[in-house]
Amino acid sequence: MVSTDLNENFAASGRDAALRRFTRGDSRFRLLTQLAAFLVVLIFVGIIITLFIGAEPAIKAFGWGFFTSSVWNPVTEKFGAFPLIYGTLVTSALAMIVAVPVGIGIAIFLTELCPRQLKRPIGIAVELLAGIPSIIYGIWGFFIFVPFFQTTIEPWLIGIFANIPILQDMFAGPPYGIGIFTAALILSIMILPFISAVTRDVFATVPPILKEAAYGLGCTTWEVMWRIVLPYSRGGVVGGAMLALGRALGETMAVTFVVGNAHHINMSLLAPGTTISATVANEFAEALGDLYIPALIYAGLILFIITFLVLAAAQLMLRSLDQRSGGGSK
Amino acid sequence: MNQMNRALYMRRRMRNTVFLSLSVFAAIFGIAWLALILYSLVTKGMEALSFSVFTQMTPSQGGTGGLANAIAGSLIMSTLAVVIGTPIGIFGGTYLAEYGRHNLLSVVVRFINDILLSAPSILIGLFVYQLIVAPMHGFSAYAGIVALAVIVIPVVVRTTENMLLLVPNTLREAAAALGTPRNHVIRTVTWRAARAGIVTGVLLAVARISGETAPLLFTALGNSGWSWETLPLGKAGTISYPAMDAPMASLPKVIFDFAGSADDGLHRLAWTGALIITFAVLTLSILARIFESQREL
Repeated sequence: MVSTDLNENFAASGRDAALRRFTRGDSRFRLLTQLAAFLVVLIFVGIIITLFIGAEPAIKAFGWGFFTSSVWNPVTEKFGAFPLIYGTLVTSALAMIVAVPVGIGIAIFLTELCPRQLKRPIGIAVELLAGIPSIIYGIWGFFIFVPFFQTTIEPWLIGIFANIPILQDMFAGPPYGIGIFTAALILSIMILPFISAVTRDVFATVPPILKEAAYGLGCTTWEVMWRIVLPYSRGGVVGGAMLALGRALGETMAVTFVVGNAHHINMSLLAPGTTISATVANEFAEALGDLYIPALIYAGLILFIITFLVLAAAQLMLRSLDQRSGGGSK
Repeated sequence: MNQMNRALYMRRRMRNTVFLSLSVFAAIFGIAWLALILYSLVTKGMEALSFSVFTQMTPSQGGTGGLANAIAGSLIMSTLAVVIGTPIGIFGGTYLAEYGRHNLLSVVVRFINDILLSAPSILIGLFVYQLIVAPMHGFSAYAGIVALAVIVIPVVVRTTENMLLLVPNTLREAAAALGTPRNHVIRTVTWRAARAGIVTGVLLAVARISGETAPLLFTALGNSGWSWETLPLGKAGTISYPAMDAPMASLPKVIFDFAGSADDGLHRLAWTGALIITFAVLTLSILARIFESQREL
């Protein structure tokens, strides 16, 4: 501290002024960054509030019945979101069933089996592909995948499951090409690079000494992966898969093209259906009437709550993993 | 006994071979799909790729034309969204890394930011519709820009924080020991040290929004041409600029509309648009990687 008798000194008072200026500049800058950080919270709260306000007429009109009703009639203004919620959950669940094992398989390949020279290029390719916009998957699915499905895969599936009790209903014809099943597969291809990239990063956090010890005891590569690496990185793998699930649930463009946009539930996975995001994307801009737009926003609110829960769970899992591996989150 | 061990050994060997083959198969399977997508993109996209794609307006059903207004619209909206979103994102990330590493606000912001990062982008479209389009009684480029900026912010916040955390504390301490005010330390030392990483984040954000379709569907909507606004400049005549309070075309939205039409010509243009977007996104991602590898840390 500067002693008080120096305060009369001109240089010292100049220093005081400078110090005050610095402090003022500091607190202003700090406030600015704090406001920016707070804006993130504000956006989030804003999304919740605007969704609630927009959905209010529909919430009042339909209440909880919105979740269970299958009626979707813009003319009589009766809306129910059950087929939308069903389609959202089923497409995402099917996509996860396909993408999680394959994604983990790719991660195992990249960490343990891939020749060193190929590791970087394949790893980079996977990361780049995770960044391709969903509309590309949508247009590809619509023009290439759907016709192929309609003429080849679906008739074949209908044929082989024709006489098996439950499966014959799940894979009942006719082959439309578009439908829940196609949408789920496109989704799985889309989230595949994402799952493999996250899983590979999580596998990399396993201390080499654990793997070396297991190999030293004579474990096979598979046993090391299954008994050492996967249990150690379980939280991260599940967290990564939940992040991917969050994306799948809210994915719009890739699904809208191929899901069929039919507001009814069919036992058959091959039948057209719809999802919350596909319905909103397709119908919102043309929606008229007092309850149509609120009903779509109500559906959006439901989607928001579902994805929020999934993403929050994913984060908690990935956070606890970060803490264990000593921070340095990615 | 020996016989049993042998059987066990063989079984373990077998299981190892089976599962490892499955994982190789998974890799081939995954990469094959993705290669297939890129292949059809290039072959289909090249069909209609010509100079006129960049100079002519989007055609109506059965007509011929290009994607000029859509490309320009995407460029304008993405640029302005980045201009708005980047400073907010950088300041926000700076708060998390420099001022509030452990306080409550930061914990909350971090949590919410990571949720926004993966939140369905169509909901951001609904949010901006309620916030801007409905009160203004019309779709507008403004709304599209705000929607895209809302997507940019969390991406930049996340990368800025991560990159600033990589800056060694000794640098901050050395600067502070010289008597440098905190904000000066941040602006001239830590930001500078993390510059390459922050640029990477911005590039990734641009890549992310350049393909976003869902948030534009009911904000910027689309436009078959241009809406111009003229500003009188007195004697110098007038100057025309794209109207921001009118709907504006964007490349992803045009792809969505054209692919859904029943016209072969429009389908070909949609593929060309898809090729252009993918090319742009991949270029940006690769640039981002180059920047990241040049990080001085």
